[in-house]
Amino acid sequence: MAEVKTTREVVMNRAAIAAVFVALIVMLTPIYWIASTAFKPRSLATTVPPTVFFEPTLTPFAKLFVRRSQMREPVDQETYDAAPWWEQLIYDDGESVVRNRRSGEITPSGYWDRYKNSLIVSIISTFLAVSMGTLTAYGFSRFKVKGENDWLFFILSTRMLPPVVVAIPMFLMYRTVGLHDTHLGLIILYTAFNLSFSVWIMKGFIDEIPREYEEAALVDGYTRLQAFWKIVLPEALTGIAATAVFCFIIAWNEYAFALMMTNRNAQTAPPYIPSQVGSGLPDWSVIAAGAFLFLLPVAIFTFLLRNHLLRGMSFGAIRK
Amino acid sequence: MANVMTRLEPDTRAAARGLSDLTIRNLFIIPTIAFLIIFNVFPLLYSLWTSFTDFRASTTAPANWIGLENYRELLSDEFIWRNFTITAKYVLISVSGQVVVGFGLAMLLNRQIPMKGLITTLLLLPMMLSMAVVGLFWKLLYDPSFGIINYFLGLGKFEWLADPQVALYAVAIVDIWMWSPFVMLLSLAGLSAVPKHLYEAAEIDRASSLYTFFRITLPLVAPILMIAIIFRTMEAFKTFDHAYILSSQPTTELIAIRLYKMAFLEWQTGMSSAFAYIVLIMVVAITNIYVKYLNRAKAR
Repeated sequence: MAEVKTTREVVMNRAAIAAVFVALIVMLTPIYWIASTAFKPRSLATTVPPTVFFEPTLTPFAKLFVRRSQMREPVDQETYDAAPWWEQLIYDDGESVVRNRRSGEITPSGYWDRYKNSLIVSIISTFLAVSMGTLTAYGFSRFKVKGENDWLFFILSTRMLPPVVVAIPMFLMYRTVGLHDTHLGLIILYTAFNLSFSVWIMKGFIDEIPREYEEAALVDGYTRLQAFWKIVLPEALTGIAATAVFCFIIAWNEYAFALMMTNRNAQTAPPYIPSQVGSGLPDWSVIAAGAFLFLLPVAIFTFLLRNHLLRGMSFGAIRK
Repeated sequence: MANVMTRLEPDTRAAARGLSDLTIRNLFIIPTIAFLIIFNVFPLLYSLWTSFTDFRASTTAPANWIGLENYRELLSDEFIWRNFTITAKYVLISVSGQVVVGFGLAMLLNRQIPMKGLITTLLLLPMMLSMAVVGLFWKLLYDPSFGIINYFLGLGKFEWLADPQVALYAVAIVDIWMWSPFVMLLSLAGLSAVPKHLYEAAEIDRASSLYTFFRITLPLVAPILMIAIIFRTMEAFKTFDHAYILSSQPTTELIAIRLYKMAFLEWQTGMSSAFAYIVLIMVVAITNIYVKYLNRAKAR
């Protein structure tokens, strides 16, 4: 379609493009600041004026995984030369790696354990929530259920509760049965939290698969279960993948339950990372390095999910 | 529940082979419902009971039934009312901020912009990342001496988080930054659904752009925008993560934070259960409105 553009429209469009770029810069600055701080030496993390251009270093990442102590006097050349590159980086910053006195082994920092906990809890709870959610969504999509809307509302309402409200009784119950500060305890909570989400999203995806596909299979002699397994599931695969990524992100980012239901053993990264900023002078570059590694998977997933974000964020209500 | 699950009209004859549709439906649905009842409804019933007691989880003293005493005390406590006022103010600031910024961004993006897909995805990043971890870094950004916000805005040593009068706005700004993309995403969907011929007709009629906006764009985007607003209101009402991390000022003590402190730092388990119930009723009320709008939007 040929459009005649007036000068005014062209100017308006240019202004809009400029405004979008300004907005983009403003919106991304906090994220850029985390990422760039992660590659700054400690001395440049909190300078006045702020350091924008600098030579990136991996020192914060080297420091992130090990326990360190401030050195009184510089390390002798021989030890320095014998040390691996990452330990040399730590020496360069005036700190040394804390080692076990007897075995000489490196003492790891708490970060990797928390990261591992985050992975375990998020992956298992995602798997459970998505598999149960898909089945339930199929049930609601294909069969008549009396009071269907009420059940769906009930399922959704469990998710709308503030975490603290659920956490008070759950804490007491977990303490009684010994699930406090365990992976299983968090997995159960996150599964329950994500289950309602996954039912709602998956119902949307399954509703979109034409019933005729299954009916044709049933006529061909498939049982209902076979039709579900061989026809519906493959068709729903994209939806299942998108739902899984969403559930993973939600569990991965969850903070309140993790703060209230774990102490040390099962603590995930979100409550751990802020706890590093105590009193005194926090080492922001190391905290940023930890945050960077923690945020990176979600940033990647956001790009993979980009076509499903609308559906996911609106609980499947808006599809486009 | 069993009663509800037994009636089913078989719409195919597949019931004759393998498991019946009825069995499959129950097998698929009941575990989820049961799971949610065990891990959501049952705990809530339990805390309903504790809300009528003076139970403290930090002691081994048995719980005494005190009836409605907790509720009476809470509702007459002026400090709790202050928490509600703070929360209402916070919700108002952050949701209206998100609507202005989010809808504004959507209007800007609803044109021919180079690399529109990439830009949209990049703009959506803040809402996908962990509120707790990203929120934490706003401490660094807000820092009065080396924070970049004061530096770039030329505000000198402006205290964002230490000043009790400003702290709530500072927390709300983080929320606006995080969730404007959400309003933007939904608004974009609404804007793209406005039929182009309406704009063409308006142009033929030489309608002013202001008139076009208020008479065509806004009414047609309103339902979807309403969903965004209610959803954000509900979420802002529950705000905990970044607010708790960023500020410990009494002026930023939102309901969720007060509740957390009461339950897990002061160990007033009975009292906090009662408080939780008051909050719960409010959340259920907002959720009801939300779902009504969702269904209406779906029906369109």
